[in-house]
Amino acid sequence: MNETQHISSIFDEELNRLRTHVLQMGGLVETQLTAAIDAYSNGDVGHVKHIVDNDRKINELEVTIDDECAHIIAMRQPTASDLRLVLGISRMVPDLERAGDEAKKIAKGVRRIYDNGHMPSQYAVGVRHLAGEALVMVRQSLDSFARLDGELAKSVIRADDNVDAEFKSVMRQLITHMMEDPRTITVAIDILSIARAIERIGDHAKNIAEHVIFIVEGRDIRHNKEAIK
Amino acid sequence: MSMTQTLNIPMSTSGSTVKTHINKQPAAQAQGEVKLSASDVRVFYGQSEALHGVSLDIVKNEVVAFIGPSGCGKSTFLRSFNRMNDTVAGARVTGKITVDGRDIYDPSVDVVLLRAQVGMVFQKPNPFPKSIYDNVAYGAKLHGLASSKSEMDEIVESSLRRAGLWEEVKDRLEAPGTGLSGGQQQRLCIARAVAVSPDVILMDEPCSALDPIATGIIEELITELKKNYTIVIVTHNMQQAARVSDRTAFFHLGDLIEIGETAQIFTNPTQKRTEDYITGRYG
Repeated sequence: MNETQHISSIFDEELNRLRTHVLQMGGLVETQLTAAIDAYSNGDVGHVKHIVDNDRKINELEVTIDDECAHIIAMRQPTASDLRLVLGISRMVPDLERAGDEAKKIAKGVRRIYDNGHMPSQYAVGVRHLAGEALVMVRQSLDSFARLDGELAKSVIRADDNVDAEFKSVMRQLITHMMEDPRTITVAIDILSIARAIERIGDHAKNIAEHVIFIVEGRDIRHNKEAIK
Repeated sequence: MSMTQTLNIPMSTSGSTVKTHINKQPAAQAQGEVKLSASDVRVFYGQSEALHGVSLDIVKNEVVAFIGPSGCGKSTFLRSFNRMNDTVAGARVTGKITVDGRDIYDPSVDVVLLRAQVGMVFQKPNPFPKSIYDNVAYGAKLHGLASSKSEMDEIVESSLRRAGLWEEVKDRLEAPGTGLSGGQQQRLCIARAVAVSPDVILMDEPCSALDPIATGIIEELITELKKNYTIVIVTHNMQQAARVSDRTAFFHLGDLIEIGETAQIFTNPTQKRTEDYITGRYG
């Protein structure tokens, strides 16, 4: 990536501000996800409201970043790596925002489960592990953006297969519970929706990594599994 | 499928001189029938070498844009395609340039005919101080392209139509060309170039003296002209290069740094110097 400064220092500042906002948004998403998983593990239902409220900050940043991208395109007509950065960010931001929504969804699911007097760990032990892997994907996808590290981004994309496999395993466990004892169906569905949200977070991290590769290498590798081999 | 050709430029490790070997590379790949071909072209102004051995092919009916900072050799290179450098005292061209495979620097070439085949439009519109009609008819008359008044009328009308100016001037063909607006004058100059049935039109910053509306009209015209002519355009306006050209060549300090499909050059150039230039960074 091009680290040389622009002739226009204001343009440099605008791009830096944009990058900072994306990282800030990414940081918030990461925090939300960690908090939601902690709530799931510890039964900390009191924290759920905080998570739900915090999602608003992520949404606000999405709007801000979108606005900044539009401003830069209109005022600066970016080209080459600058263009890829702005385009990549504007593709990345909806993924971050949706990952934030999934964290909120997890938090609400946690509240339902505990309010009904259940302990999720009785039903599916793999959820925390699944969440751990998804969290690593999110963290690494953001790191790959911060450092513009295409190789790290590729490893994130490869990791998504593990998360998908883990999700299927959790789903199988839950189906077994539901078949053995129909009284568990309500809680099992809640846990399943949490697991699904975590799996979706992995997908969003993978998308972010794909956008990073576009920014760094100029290759659009979406829908092309062969491209990272 | 990218047609970019990466020009490897080995840098000397001593840091004292930067020697390029672009001329050792095969001419930039283009698909189609080659119209213009340059091979190891060097242009000297007195003792100083302004262009350091540039090789590239331009195919029929394509628009190629030359971009680069001032003094990079792009206009010098453009002018060597119809031997306009001959008119500059002390200028000397080496290497080979062909139009349809014929060496244009061969002593047997009639330069007047060459400049009809490879027409040129300049930065500032420069109509003759004559009527609109005479401006267009002048070249055709010189080359004996019309044997009667009605034939000449036809040439004038079709040239003005091709330059997108006919509707605006058809009722005042006898008015002086210099009385038109800047954009109209530039289109008049394009009509004048077109009147002698060229194959190639060279444009040296044709819109730099025009407002955005007139520029838009010329750009639209370039897209139209492309159907019948091969166009090479030098421009300082990178958005213009991006809008009108099929391929873009970036020149720097007398070297051709990179040529590739315009979309690729503006989204993912292979050379850092191209990237720095088009993104507006310090080189």
